[in-house]
Amino acid sequence: MKDLYAWAAIALIVLASTSGDVLLSFSMKRVGDVGELWKRHGVLAVIGRVLTTPTFALGLVAMAVAFYSLLFGLSWGNLSLVVPASASLTFVANAVAARIFLHERVGRRRWIAALLVAGGVVLMAV
Amino acid sequence: MSFRKYLVLAGITVFSTAGDSLLARGMKELGNVNLSLHNLSALLLAILNPWVTAGILLLLAFFSCYMSALSWADLTYVLPATSLAYVFVALIGHFRLHEEISATRWLGIALIAAGVGFVAAGPSVTPDHHRESTRDAARDPVSQEVES
Repeated sequence: MKDLYAWAAIALIVLASTSGDVLLSFSMKRVGDVGELWKRHGVLAVIGRVLTTPTFALGLVAMAVAFYSLLFGLSWGNLSLVVPASASLTFVANAVAARIFLHERVGRRRWIAALLVAGGVVLMAV
Repeated sequence: MSFRKYLVLAGITVFSTAGDSLLARGMKELGNVNLSLHNLSALLLAILNPWVTAGILLLLAFFSCYMSALSWADLTYVLPATSLAYVFVALIGHFRLHEEISATRWLGIALIAAGVGFVAAGPSVTPDHHRESTRDAARDPVSQEVES
């Protein structure tokens, strides 16, 4: 039963942090190249533009949900299960979500990279 | 990709690793803090610990670098490219804290490093019709190479 709770927490962590990453990435693409913006209009313009992007706040909320799910997950499951399982699944989920929602071209090279990193994270925790 | 952009990617890995370890050190110094409303004041006072303050500042630096990278690179590029942080944590543990690294962990380190190499050798932005950054992407010769 405890295992089921741990895996539910892992699913929630993966879902929330993937949504957060996608929303933040979407927001920053809307803002545009921060370096260029800084050079032309100064750092205050950059901060103002980021903070007034509505999806940015949503992304932060999703990241907060992911963080608290991690805390709950750690109280139900082992550190050595929850952290690597959620981290490696998040890499794969992000590749899928970026392709669907951000229209990124996830080519063979990026699939291999995501899978290698996901596998590596699992092995490092064993 | 310019040298400045590689610096930002390096900043993501270094700041997140350093921020996490400083935060961990500070929280260990404070001892066990139970997460409850009763202990909320203890949790808020935690930021007065110098290690915790430094950790939070470094994590803010990490977040700025991460947001900057996402403004000019794909999510599927930034995430694998900055996963070297996992490797750094293990290597710091091995060489500074003299922790044992098992054969499976070395294999994990090798897999992550290979993944980073795979994604870093490719373009950082893929062209897309739905996105405004297409114009900027066209100026960058590396991103014109379209992946299969």
